Formats: sequence, C-alpha cells, structure tokens
Amino acid sequence: MDSIPAAPPNATIHPLVVRICHWINVVAISIMVLSGWRIYDASPLFPFRFPPDLTLGGWLAGALQWHFAAMWLLVANGLAYVLYGVFSGHYRRSFFPLTWGAILHEFANLLHGRISHRLGVYNPLQKSAYLVVILLGIALVLSGLSIWKPVQLQELAALMGGYEGARRVHFFAMAGVVGFVVVHVVMVMLVPRTLVPMFTGHAPREGGK
Amino acid sequence: MKKTPPRLAPVLESLPTKQIQLLERRLFLKHSLSLGALALLTGCDVTDADAVQKVLWAMSKWNDRVQALLFNPSKLAPTYPESAIAKPFPFNAYYGEDEVIEVDPGGYKLALSGLIRDKKPWTLTELYALPQVSQVTRHVCVEGWSAIGKWTGVPFRHFLERVGADLSAKYVGFNCLDGYYTSIDMATALHPQTQLTFQFADRTLPAKYGFPMKLRMPTKLGFKNPKHIAEIFVTNQFPGGYWEDQGYNWFSGS
Repeated sequence: MDSIPAAPPNATIHPLVVRICHWINVVAISIMVLSGWRIYDASPLFPFRFPPDLTLGGWLAGALQWHFAAMWLLVANGLAYVLYGVFSGHYRRSFFPLTWGAILHEFANLLHGRISHRLGVYNPLQKSAYLVVILLGIALVLSGLSIWKPVQLQELAALMGGYEGARRVHFFAMAGVVGFVVVHVVMVMLVPRTLVPMFTGHAPREGGK
Repeated sequence: MKKTPPRLAPVLESLPTKQIQLLERRLFLKHSLSLGALALLTGCDVTDADAVQKVLWAMSKWNDRVQALLFNPSKLAPTYPESAIAKPFPFNAYYGEDEVIEVDPGGYKLALSGLIRDKKPWTLTELYALPQVSQVTRHVCVEGWSAIGKWTGVPFRHFLERVGADLSAKYVGFNCLDGYYTSIDMATALHPQTQLTFQFADRTLPAKYGFPMKLRMPTKLGFKNPKHIAEIFVTNQFPGGYWEDQGYNWFSGS
C-alpha cells in the first residue's frame, strides 16, 4: 500500500474527462433515481412506497418522461466515461492492482477506525467500491433495457430472469448505487478537501497531505 | 414555480388504478416539478416549467422514433404454458371495475372508417366466423406489473387485409364504447401476434376484459390494447390516444 506513490503536489488528481463525466452523472443519476422511485410507486415490488415528495415527475407519466429522457444522458455519459477509463489507462492506473487480501486488510483497518486516504490514491476499499458501482451501473442499464424492451430484447431479458426478474435486478442495482452515493457523500463530508479536486482537478494548496 | 395549475381536463379524472388515482390525481402539473426537480434545476429558470415540459415531450417523440426502429416486425413475443396464466387476471382501465360497461351483443356493430376499402359494419356473428388463433403471452402494464393470459381471436393482419385497409398508411386508430381511444403504428398492427380478440382463457371475453372485442398486442404495453372497440380507422394523421395525449409515451412498445 505505502509503496504506491502519492500524487505530487499540483499533479492532476481527476482528469478533465472524469470531472465532466462525474458532474453530468450526478444530474443523470439524480433524475433516474428520483423518477424511478415514482415509477416504482405505481406498482411497488415490495411492501413500501417512496415518499411522493422525494420523487420526480409528479405522476407516473411525468416520471416516465423524465426517466426515458434522462436515460440518454446517463447512457451517453456512462459510455464516454467507461470508454475513456478503459482506453486511457485511467482504470488500470486508479483501480489496479487490487487483491482480495488488500480489500480485507483495508476493511479491517476501517473497523479499527483507520481510514487511509491520500488525495489521488485510492485505497483498496475505494477501488473495489468504484469498480462495483461501475458494474452496478452496467447492470442498471441492461436490466432497464430488458424492462423497456422485453420482446425486442428478449434474449437480454432472459439473462435477467425475464421481465419480472429484470425488474428486481433493476431495483437492487438502484439500491446498490444509492447506497454507494450515500457512503460517497458521507466520506466527502468527512474529508471535505477531496471535493475540491473534483472541480479543479488538483489538490487544494493548503493542507497538502 | 408556484404557478396556478391549469384547469385539468375531465379525462384526467381517471387513472390506471384506484391506488394511483388517489396518489396522483390533481398532482399532474402542480407537482410536475417537485422537490427533486427543484434541487436539480437550482440556478436555472425554474419558473419556466413549460420549457421543461416541452423538452420532455420532444424526448418522448424521439423515443417513439427510436422504438419504431427497434421494432422487428417478425420478432415474436415469448409464449408460455397455460399453467402460467394469472388467476385472477388483473383488471385495469381508466375507471374502476364497478364502472365496467355492459354491451348488448345483438345490437353491436363494429364500424370501419378512414383508408379502408370495404367500410361495411361488422356484426359479432360475422366477426366470430373469422379464422381464430390463440396465444398465451405476457401482458405488461405501464405501471410495472405483468400478468400472463390467454387470448383468442383473428390475427389483425388478416382482418385488415380482408376489409381492404391501406396497409401502407401510418396509423390504425381505435374508438371504444367506454370512451377510450388509442392508436398504433401500422407495423405493429401487422405483427403476427397482434390479434382482434374475442375470448379470454377460452371463454367469451368478459365485460371487464373488453367485451365484445379488444385488440391484443404482446408487443405493446397494456394501455395500448383497447377494449370494447366500437370503431377501427386507418389514417395518416396522428390520432393520439387517451393516455398518450396526457403524457404517456405513444409508441410504448415492449
């Protein structure tokens, strides 16, 4: 862990493409989740509803309009981000190497109240969280396509356990992403200086380490 | 943002199910930008909710075009064993189950209009004499739930050819005895599983499922499947629909 060099002062922590994609994603995910909750409420899978005031769209048709408009933003932005991550080496540099041992070690640290964080270097838990949320995003898109087109894309829907299976995959992947967002935002509030580089790309001048 | 909502049209009085009706009635425009939207649009001119609405409608139209391109006219919806049929099969309409209309079979006549060569009205006896097929397919509601049912009737393509409909026209529209109306694209009308349905689960179509006749399309969401059909017309002018005119996506293909 400590053999990984920390970012030198003023080095780019978040490349421009990542920053742009991140903030577009904030908008896209917010619209998708809030309108998705309203759509869920029209026919709940489980014995609860999301509070209508927390949802987007006003009624089912409005929520569907938001959902099926913002899906283009989400997918276009997600594709740009993943293609950039894969082909620029960003993922390779930021998320790997990653081993189960390192993840468990870091988790043990966390349980002892020790969180290793250096700007520009992800600890193994962060690496696995970012990888998992990317996979959840892919699962959301594929299950969403299966719900939207269970006939035209029936082969894909079959992989999701059919139309009804896809609804459940979609729900739990959403829950995973929302859980990620909650932890993500709490972490930023605990370590506020991590927020600055997501705007500027660089570490704040003071309090370098 | 705090604009007075325009007077809602009477058609808005009814929504797919009672539950939703309670939750969503009257909230349409009033809350069309709620907390979430406000949070998202901070900094934008949130007073201009109309502009947002226009963008959303334009995206819905765009999605109509995308769905027409995705639609494969020969791709069949999955079929299921009869053991998978939902019992009881859910009722759904823009009104409650206690308001289902009763249609007198003797007096019933199906009217035809628009780009159709032979506009002679059809009696039920004549309709029942047409060749019929059955399908066990999944009905998917725009609300999210789905249910498998068995429907029997004449392939709609056969009927359209029989009456000399212009199969190159863009739309087929439906006016229903319960005041409902909707329309579909010609490609879906000609799909092999699109069916003018007279029976549900091997019995004459009950009133609540659309007696005397509904259109069954496993390639479209449930609300696109009109019940109690009174008139079928073929046209190149976009006819819209009861729910579609209020904001539900027109193509709504599965």
